[in-house]
Amino acid sequence: MTCSRREFLKNTVSSTVASVMPLSAFTLLSHAEAAAALAESKVRWAFLVDTNKCVGCGLCVTACKKENEIPFDAPVTRTWVERYVVTKDGETHIDSPMGGRDGFIDDKIRGEEIDPDNIDKAFFVPKLCNQCDNPACVQVCPVGATYQTDDGVVLIDRNWCIGCGYCIMACPYGVRFFHPEKKVADKCNFCYHRISKGMQPACVECCSFGARRIANLNDPNDPVANIIKTERVSVLKDEYGTKPHVFYLGLDAEVR
Amino acid sequence: MKWHVLRPLWVAIGLVGLILVARQFLVPDDFGVHGRNFTYGYYRLSNVQEWKDFPVKFQGRESCAECHEENLAKVNASSHAPVECENCHGPSVNHPDDVELLPLNTTRELCLRCHAFLDYPNSARASLVSIEDRRHKRRYECVKCHNPHDPKEEVE
Repeated sequence: MTCSRREFLKNTVSSTVASVMPLSAFTLLSHAEAAAALAESKVRWAFLVDTNKCVGCGLCVTACKKENEIPFDAPVTRTWVERYVVTKDGETHIDSPMGGRDGFIDDKIRGEEIDPDNIDKAFFVPKLCNQCDNPACVQVCPVGATYQTDDGVVLIDRNWCIGCGYCIMACPYGVRFFHPEKKVADKCNFCYHRISKGMQPACVECCSFGARRIANLNDPNDPVANIIKTERVSVLKDEYGTKPHVFYLGLDAEVR
Repeated sequence: MKWHVLRPLWVAIGLVGLILVARQFLVPDDFGVHGRNFTYGYYRLSNVQEWKDFPVKFQGRESCAECHEENLAKVNASSHAPVECENCHGPSVNHPDDVELLPLNTTRELCLRCHAFLDYPNSARASLVSIEDRRHKRRYECVKCHNPHDPKEEVE
């Protein structure tokens, strides 16, 4: 094979250009840009419950039911408040009548009178969907009707759900229920329609005591996210490995 | 192979084909893997927007302040400042466009949610002013005497 000098130079130049050209499609990113591009989403919703502040008024439950069109008198709710009364004999009395929808007005627990002098401690614990990082409910859905969005919230496709109830069984926190009117599985979604508009979830908005707060974990300037990151918070049923994203301040060991 | 073996085979293959064809029409175009992986992100993408479009009912006190500035100023100066208007007045939804008058809740039970005495000294409830439901003006609504917009002020 022969190759003239002219031809050799021509081929060298063109092949160099051809191999470098595609590289120009890539842009050089600064360190921050690269980090941002690698992150899955700019938003990761999480929730902070301060059990020290909850007074058990149940206005969050009422607000949730009205906001999310959950039948008011049906025994199902997306969020609920539990009352724990630990007595001196080591017993723990727990109740949540109608999910705490009407607050806790009576000191009887399940009809049982408890002697105030016998109480060691009593407190209220609001509960809601944990929007887990590894949601068991999503794994078991046979039709792809429930899923995790890019911002970490687990949603249910009401047009796609067949109402089999696997997810209701799979959730270790019991937050899912069967919607008596829509005939599909239902649960808290952090008021997705509100948080995606920059509003607070209805329960957070209606809590007068700051016991409930919403956070964006991926925002370094979010004050609530910074509480979660810097203070001593705990989660429910950590041992299940679901990586729940509802964090609690002042959670007692009695809380299940 | 014998015909009686092949015949059901063709039927089975035909059925599978039929299902595959039907699937093309029945499964929406945006159904598939969108999130991090198949396990957690196999869904119909347009459902995310459907949830975002869900109607908002609780509009927040900023929305109330647009017309009811005086009432809000009064509440904000009182010990009831942290209480959201819509907790007692009901969710405003499209008020005042659609819903002319909101369903105001003036029941004793509403006040008792925070102000019923429970003997729990180490719970947050203990820090609130409270009454013993059985002993304090049983048959009356609280608002007969106490102004919820300024609890310190007594109603004539």
